[in-house]
Amino acid sequence: MRTPFVVRFFSATSTKGWLALAAFAVLTLVLLPLLHLAVAPDHPLHVSAYVIAVGGKIMCYAIVAVAMDLIWGYAGILSLGHGVFFALGGYAFGQYLMRQIGRDGAYHADLPDFMVFLDWKSLPWYWFGSDSFGIALFKVVAIPALLALVFGFFAFRSRIKGVYFSIITQAMTYAFMLLFFRNETGFGGNNGFTDFKRIAGLPITAPEMRVALFALSALMLMFTLLLGRYLVSSKFGRVLTAIRDAESRVMFIGYNPLHYKLFIWTVSAMLCGIAGALYVPQVGIINPGEMSPANSIEIAIWVAVGGRATLIGPVIGAAIVNLSKSFFTQAFPDYWLFFLGALFVLVTLYLPDGVVGLWKRLRQKAGRT
Amino acid sequence: MSTIPQGLPPVAELVDGRPDQDQAGLSHLVEGDELDLSHNVILYLEGITVSFDGFKALNKLALTIDAGELRCIIGPNGAGKTTMMDVITGKTRPDRGKAFFGQTLDLTRMSEPEIAHAGIGRKFQKPTIFENHSVFDNLELAMKIDKRVRRSLFSAIDDETRDRIADTLTQIRLQDAADRPAGLLSHGQKQWLEIGMLLMQDPRLLLLDEPVAGMTDDETARTGELFKSLAGKHSLVVVEHDMAFIEQLGGTVTVLHEGSVLAEGDLATVQNDQRVIEVYLGR
Amino acid sequence: MKPIFLALLLWLFTLPTFAALDRAVVTQLGDEDSDVKIAAIQKLAQSAEPEALGILQALVDGTLQGADGEAITINNRVRREIDGALAALKLFHPDRKIRLAAAKELTVNLANEADPGMAPMLARARDKETDDKVKAAIAQAYALATLKHADAAVRLTAVKALAGSGDPNIKLLLLAMTDPANESEVTVRRAAIAAHAEVKSRLALGETVGRIFSGLSLGSILLLAALGLAITYGVMGVINMAHGELLMIGAYATYFMQAQFRTYLPGWLDWYVLAAIPLAFAAAAAVGVLLERTVIRWLYGRPLETLLATWGLSLILIQAARVLFGAQNVEVANPSWMSGGIELMPSIVLPLNRIVIVGFALFVLALVWVLMNRTRLGLFVRAVTQNRAMAGCVGVPTAQIDSVAFALGAGIAGLGGVALSQIANVGPDMGQGYIVDSFMVVVLGGVGQLAGAVWAALGLGVVSKFLEGWAGAVIAKIVVLVFIIMFIQKRPQGLFALKGRFVES
Repeated sequence: MRTPFVVRFFSATSTKGWLALAAFAVLTLVLLPLLHLAVAPDHPLHVSAYVIAVGGKIMCYAIVAVAMDLIWGYAGILSLGHGVFFALGGYAFGQYLMRQIGRDGAYHADLPDFMVFLDWKSLPWYWFGSDSFGIALFKVVAIPALLALVFGFFAFRSRIKGVYFSIITQAMTYAFMLLFFRNETGFGGNNGFTDFKRIAGLPITAPEMRVALFALSALMLMFTLLLGRYLVSSKFGRVLTAIRDAESRVMFIGYNPLHYKLFIWTVSAMLCGIAGALYVPQVGIINPGEMSPANSIEIAIWVAVGGRATLIGPVIGAAIVNLSKSFFTQAFPDYWLFFLGALFVLVTLYLPDGVVGLWKRLRQKAGRT
Repeated sequence: MSTIPQGLPPVAELVDGRPDQDQAGLSHLVEGDELDLSHNVILYLEGITVSFDGFKALNKLALTIDAGELRCIIGPNGAGKTTMMDVITGKTRPDRGKAFFGQTLDLTRMSEPEIAHAGIGRKFQKPTIFENHSVFDNLELAMKIDKRVRRSLFSAIDDETRDRIADTLTQIRLQDAADRPAGLLSHGQKQWLEIGMLLMQDPRLLLLDEPVAGMTDDETARTGELFKSLAGKHSLVVVEHDMAFIEQLGGTVTVLHEGSVLAEGDLATVQNDQRVIEVYLGR
Repeated sequence: MKPIFLALLLWLFTLPTFAALDRAVVTQLGDEDSDVKIAAIQKLAQSAEPEALGILQALVDGTLQGADGEAITINNRVRREIDGALAALKLFHPDRKIRLAAAKELTVNLANEADPGMAPMLARARDKETDDKVKAAIAQAYALATLKHADAAVRLTAVKALAGSGDPNIKLLLLAMTDPANESEVTVRRAAIAAHAEVKSRLALGETVGRIFSGLSLGSILLLAALGLAITYGVMGVINMAHGELLMIGAYATYFMQAQFRTYLPGWLDWYVLAAIPLAFAAAAAVGVLLERTVIRWLYGRPLETLLATWGLSLILIQAARVLFGAQNVEVANPSWMSGGIELMPSIVLPLNRIVIVGFALFVLALVWVLMNRTRLGLFVRAVTQNRAMAGCVGVPTAQIDSVAFALGAGIAGLGGVALSQIANVGPDMGQGYIVDSFMVVVLGGVGQLAGAVWAALGLGVVSKFLEGWAGAVIAKIVVLVFIIMFIQKRPQGLFALKGRFVES
């Protein structure tokens, strides 16, 4: 008798995992929204808009981190291009947000302000369907997926591995950043997209909208974790780690690593695109700076800090690094890069398994004594 | 390698493999059952030449393995034994020559996964197993089954698979270590596990590169028994240095030297061949 | 009117050679009407008196005073007129260099705006000229001045004379003359077509030469950056993401040396670059060894982790540069012997600093080649690169070789920084853009291949520059990247691949 797929999908996550997810759901879907919306601002239990904003942002980063971990932690492929997938998702949704501004822009024109400024008369063809929410959502997933598919196909087919692959992806990132910095590319150049007004006709700055985006990010993060758990516990996941550990053996027992790598690489890119689309309306801006090589490589350190080849690790890592960033850039702006740099060095040298690995080791030690 | 480069020294291979082949899909997936053995020949090599920067690793190598045969291959270091296996399994493309699996499958035009799928299994000189996976998972991954992504995403292990894995575990005497991470096995056990993986693959032709290196005498003897029991149903090509083991296996012995066949025959004949003695004892 | 007149006279009497000039004309320079001024200037220019040079120069410098004691103000129209007049006067100057420069300047001015009034003066200058080179230059200017002459025969001569030019503006003028709307005479039009084609092909050649040259100079920088990377990558199999920051250290060392020379050896300032070379090498090498000993060594066999850790190091180095030298770019000046350029054609000047850098890159390349192929150290480095374990077994001190190789690679990056400081901005972020490019060189050339690196660097440089000319810098970068990815499809081991049976990792 075969178990239905849906059952297997959800049973991949352990009871403990489900309890943790349930607690997280109560916190992000019920407790925090209520404390923000229903409790008066002067009440001590009130959750400020800042907390909702930072929380939403970090959950988007956490989705990216889990996506990165699926390809790096489980398949051993270090991508320095995930910032591009993230930004492409953001830009795809940003196109829709720009169109939603309507005639409320500075020029009161049908075209987005920056196009008026460039003296363009009509939308470029790749803005097709940008006024439709549905098409925007489709593009958020499809564009990063398409790029990943084409790039990954050529790279994996050539058996580009290890640092070679990392550097090639960094070069791709660099090229995309340059491309989007150009005004003629048609994505607002240096300034990117900003001054969004509404989503589906509803004002984007309303507290209810903020909370809705926050909750959506939380839901997406939970889905990403469930998907990740299913993938890594399936036979697919075992083949993936097998490729990471001994690729030639995998080939000689008849698996084609190209297909496995390409699949997880594309899934990972799609997750990043979705995270980017959730991120942009919450922070209110997307510009080519998101595509800088430094951003992409920072994603790797979130994963490394949390713990590779675990699913909870990247979430913890993304939170730790980004909360530190908020703290440092406000309190000691000159020392943030020193801290981040030292984090890269110290984690790779002394914490190869990240915080989660450290926690496991400490518990083992405690168990022995 | 004897290649000495000009200028800066070479670095470990970064991008390996050959991109010129169509690796995009297992478009012409070949099942082992379709193998055409009409002339009772399972492997046919003719005029295989492989050169690395002028150095000929294989030089017009010709070799024929019959279906069900157990063939031993010996030869001094650098004779081309491993390169020959690389050619058969698709890892290295020959500069010239023919390599056919059965009557119809041109090995020089197939990728590694396709060749593995067609029914050639390979055991490396250094045991390569998945160290982070359990012994059970190692065997499960190797099992002959649809190995495409979609199947791997949605398949669950069925009872038939469990039974086969249990059988193989007994055969390779690792039934008590099924859940142990493979990386924790002893060297000899790793060799056995790799052989077990090969058995799970159910290949028509097994290529075994020094399968008993690092095994105790007892383990070696048992391995010999296993191989002899496999011959007939499967074809085996064993590369070995251990003459006692080769003697135990019996069968035809082929001597490779400088990339081509120097002598062929039963062990005693080969050992008395003047040229073979020269090659092994120096000139 | 009267007080101005008087003051002018007063001032003019102080000039010893005043007598030769027409007073009435000089006083007209003080007239409030620009047209009067211009007429006076033209007369002065045509007088061909050397003294007029001083007066007009004073006028353009704003030191010529009217009667009210204030400087005579001139507008742009007058200023342009004076420039032309000055150039004409310089044509008769005793110094050959001044005459040549003036002839060239006039050619440029006349190509922008025809001035038939200059023709007689140019003819006189040409006939009087004894130096061939100057004579040819003046002849060009004369041809330009007579290009719109009423007599078709004169125009024909002028067009034919201009066929030898390499000036884009002259190309445009000749193109205009192929149009019946501008030129009525068919013979002149035919000559103009021929002359235009000749100038055009010369310009195209010049442009190609210019692009090849700027490509070579970009390639030299890439080579300097990639050489060091190739060595460290070759020996240890790790990508040092802080390699670009070693370039930065070299550039800052140059800046530091320049400041020291300014303070202590101002007379020798021109030679600070030479003194910066050993300092840059030593500073970058020292930092390189430090990185190797403290971090990279401990990550042996984990290339991806090394990549991340060295990226962290690069962040630290960038921030350290910001703290030490400020976040702004610092100014590094070319020494005088590296300023200026060699003019191939009016539109093509090869800057000396880039020529020096190409030479410097070749010098470093030769040094590395000798070091790698003719010394025991090079032998050890090559041995470790090929087979670390075996090299260790035969007694090569692999750990020491790692450090030395790293120091060498870092030091070469430092040298690259010296070169870079002479043509690019020196700032904390300057190294960031180079790591990807230099790695591309290593990929393209085949790892560990000196010859490959050279061809790849120069080739990438030249191709990039040509693409930039056609499609702009960004598209060029993207095209090059796509090309490299396609290239790896065909030749995964680079241009100069080593083949062999490699140990299965």
